[in-house]
Amino acid sequence: MTYHDPGKPKQIDDRNEYHSEKPEGVSSQVETTEEIRVTTPPEISGMGHRMKRKEDPRFLQGKGNYIDDIKLPGMLYMDIVRSPYAHAKILNIDASAALELDGVLAVITGKDLEAHNLHWMPTFQSDTQMVLPTDKVIYYAQEVCAVIATSRYIAADAVELVQVEYEPLEPVIDPFEALEDRVIVREDKEVKTNRTWHWETGDKDATDKVFREAAHVVKQYMYLPRIHVASIETCGMVANYNSSTGKMQLYMTSQAPHAVRTVFALVSGLPEQKIQVISPDIGGGFGGKVPVYPGYVVCAVASLLIGKPVKWIEDRSENLQADSFARDYHINAELAADADGKIVGLRVDTLADNGCTDGQASSSKFPAGLYSICTGAYDLKAAHVSVDSVYTTKPTGGVAYRCSFRVTEAVHMIERMTDILAHDLGIDPAEYRLKNFIRPDQFPYRSPTGWEYDSGNYEAALKKAMDMIGYDDLRGEQAEKRERGELMGIGISSFVEVVGAGPSKDFDILGIKMFDSAEIRIHPTGKALARFGTKSQGQGHETTYAQIIAEELGLPAADIEIEEGDTDTAPYGLGTYASRSTPTAGAAAVMAARKIKAKAKKIAAHLLEVNEDDLEWDVNKWQVKGSPEQAKTIQDIAFAAYTNHPDDVEAGLEATDYYNPPNLTFPFGSYIAVVDIDKGTGVVKVRRFVAIDDCGNIINPLVVEGQIHGGLTQGLAPALYEEIVYDENGTCLTGTLADYLLPTAVESPKWETGHTITPSPHHPIGAKGVGESPTVGAPPAIANAVVDAMWHLGVRHIDIPITPEKVWKALREAGVQD
Amino acid sequence: MSKHTVTMTVNGTKYTREIESRLLLVHFIREDLELTGTHIGCDTTNCGACTVLMDGFTVKSCTVFAMTANGKSIETIEGVAQNGALHPLQEGFWEKHGLQCGYCTPGMIMSAKHLLSNNPNPTEDEIRWGLSGNLCRCTGYNKIVEAVQYAAEKMSAEQEQDA
Ligand code: FES
Ligand code: FES
Repeated sequence: MTYHDPGKPKQIDDRNEYHSEKPEGVSSQVETTEEIRVTTPPEISGMGHRMKRKEDPRFLQGKGNYIDDIKLPGMLYMDIVRSPYAHAKILNIDASAALELDGVLAVITGKDLEAHNLHWMPTFQSDTQMVLPTDKVIYYAQEVCAVIATSRYIAADAVELVQVEYEPLEPVIDPFEALEDRVIVREDKEVKTNRTWHWETGDKDATDKVFREAAHVVKQYMYLPRIHVASIETCGMVANYNSSTGKMQLYMTSQAPHAVRTVFALVSGLPEQKIQVISPDIGGGFGGKVPVYPGYVVCAVASLLIGKPVKWIEDRSENLQADSFARDYHINAELAADADGKIVGLRVDTLADNGCTDGQASSSKFPAGLYSICTGAYDLKAAHVSVDSVYTTKPTGGVAYRCSFRVTEAVHMIERMTDILAHDLGIDPAEYRLKNFIRPDQFPYRSPTGWEYDSGNYEAALKKAMDMIGYDDLRGEQAEKRERGELMGIGISSFVEVVGAGPSKDFDILGIKMFDSAEIRIHPTGKALARFGTKSQGQGHETTYAQIIAEELGLPAADIEIEEGDTDTAPYGLGTYASRSTPTAGAAAVMAARKIKAKAKKIAAHLLEVNEDDLEWDVNKWQVKGSPEQAKTIQDIAFAAYTNHPDDVEAGLEATDYYNPPNLTFPFGSYIAVVDIDKGTGVVKVRRFVAIDDCGNIINPLVVEGQIHGGLTQGLAPALYEEIVYDENGTCLTGTLADYLLPTAVESPKWETGHTITPSPHHPIGAKGVGESPTVGAPPAIANAVVDAMWHLGVRHIDIPITPEKVWKALREAGVQD
Repeated sequence: MSKHTVTMTVNGTKYTREIESRLLLVHFIREDLELTGTHIGCDTTNCGACTVLMDGFTVKSCTVFAMTANGKSIETIEGVAQNGALHPLQEGFWEKHGLQCGYCTPGMIMSAKHLLSNNPNPTEDEIRWGLSGNLCRCTGYNKIVEAVQYAAEKMSAEQEQDA
């Protein structure tokens, strides 16, 4: 099936070829080990130390500073009137009753914004989005107008008093129907169609040929539904415009403060130096806090118009109904094998429901993100992948759920397909994967869709996972249980991730290249301050960046203060999402530290009255080769940099680096899930889950484990529980946490984790990034386990979330009674 | 909106304020008393970010009127550390990496405190059920469980020493 309209120009994958230029002396082959490299003593706590997090004391005592904790003198509150329709004309907005209420200062509508040309804004995917509507709404709970009042409670009262007259229009809920263009969602666009773009990659002819010659072909349609990150803190802003200085301060829940500053400058016309975006502590982001949502813009405009600070904090229901959505991919996949059972080809057609706007924060060359990683861990002869995107009357799609670049969709598809093929061929899925993996000696590996995988050892990770979980015994247990009529399944996912966007030649957001930055200043007393263009939302940057610098310079990590999130002070960067912080800003920290080290060498040579060439580095000092007692520590050198530096060297000891990664990084892993299914209720219980991750060199094992555990629960969630559901009118039925089910400590199993270490050959410290991996890798392991439990009954596939209802129905259809 | 006088003890200090009858306890704590360690994460009593102790029992302060707390004693995260020393639960969360973004942490710690006061040596299952009214989106819960186990052990050891 293809969704492409032949009349429309195709956007063909036109990116550059990737070759990771290796630093001199580095071989492209890297060894896989299990031992975490530690080269510094605990007092320094460089890489590999299980250092307790430096940021924790404030959080543990309730002294974090989140957006809703910010209170400025004279601050006003904003609340939003939202649409009860998914698609409707706005006939009239009567705010008079609201304005009469004591404490209400203003009601801002789309018409008011239109007067300043602020009623539309760009998305990070170069699409456009309404800030407030002037004529029609195109999703349920869309922002219609905003009320500004002296208190939160009065603002909420006033929202109830605004009378909006609508004329309901037919909603467009089914993306397949949207293709017919009977009802047009975006009438503002020049071409009256719901089709937004078509993208394809791979060699179609070669793929078709492989399929013609294949001995086995499996086909499957699968749907990855719309889901929501639901970080426990919602989105919010405090905008503070000072009319006497012309300065606009925007405190906001943003994972990408610099990019937001630039967008605000472009949209509002305010000079960029007069805009300061400050991301305070963020209560979870997972990609949901990358985009600019209408609420932020209206809040900023309100402060600009009224000249007072204005606070906007989203309710949970507003959050779940109106922003931060991910996935919504309808996938038709075919996987082909030759007569030996070797996987040879993959053919995929995809329909992407991006709601009313494409809100992905991906590079403009990649409208379907990095979906073409979908050949996964397998050495295929050919592949062809296409994606078509349509508009529907749902909120902005494609944002993120701990992955916005469509890697989750790709991994789910290839891991489900591989499992179906293995089962069809009657080969154990573990054995089948081992037979088809790209071999360690094939790296760097060029995939049929054009990626150059930097390093990998897929069989090592899978074998370790199998050992850890006792794979063979479990298969024995499963056979026994099956005899007794009990349903137990074992599911594997051997995923390949692609993160660290990205190389400037191909990766940009609205034209801004996706580098990231670090600035390090060493003070005279040997303490340091480092600032970054990224922004932690719980990832622990205040600790891990300090450890990277400690590793390079030998300064104790405890002596290094890390700052992020204030655009007036931090160097420009693209922010934290898509597991890019370690591959980009982490690398920038290394490079900046190495610049400092080079300058420190000059100063040390001057102090020791030797030639620079006579010096060698040892953990935290430059020492004279052959006489290590003659040495200057980094602290000695720091002091000298301000008090006794050589004439031909500038004073001070600081450096900045903007790192442009030569390639992406490709973390990977193998996960195995064991599930038990209750035949009477259809309830799936994840009894065990082993996750072996390989993210290259590890900066802080404690933090990495935490990232993996959290990501696994965010993989379990869409696998079994979470889905944003709309009824036939386009009304969101899952707008509260009572309907949208986040796993608690009870549903979440005790995760069993481990690692292999296959460093990235092109990253300066061999790290790859880890935050996304578990969310990407876990869902197919669970889905495969459920299908594995039911395959003998004729069940081939169940879409996630695998609810008790779906399982129960599948069992009944298979003739199972209780 | 009718106004009332409310008096309650929060973290050992007595406060009296004039408030609207509809004011939620969580807003009273966060905005009137400026104790912003108690957080808000939902509007349906599901997330537990707002959990505080009222006369020693956990309540979700987003679902309690401030007036309901009249005459009662409230404990929030700000009252957990004593004389500058972290509580064993706070230590446990730090040692075991039981927090990431930290947003759920105050509520988690208050629920865990209540759990341990009723059941000083809970099993892993009891900890998981005891915290099932508190959502965490970051940690995957393993390390929260370990943090509570750490605190339980430390508190039992301390009690034995005292006895
Ligand atoms: S704020 Fe979620 S339970 Fe109170
Ligand atoms: S640490 Fe972020 S929600 Fe629990």
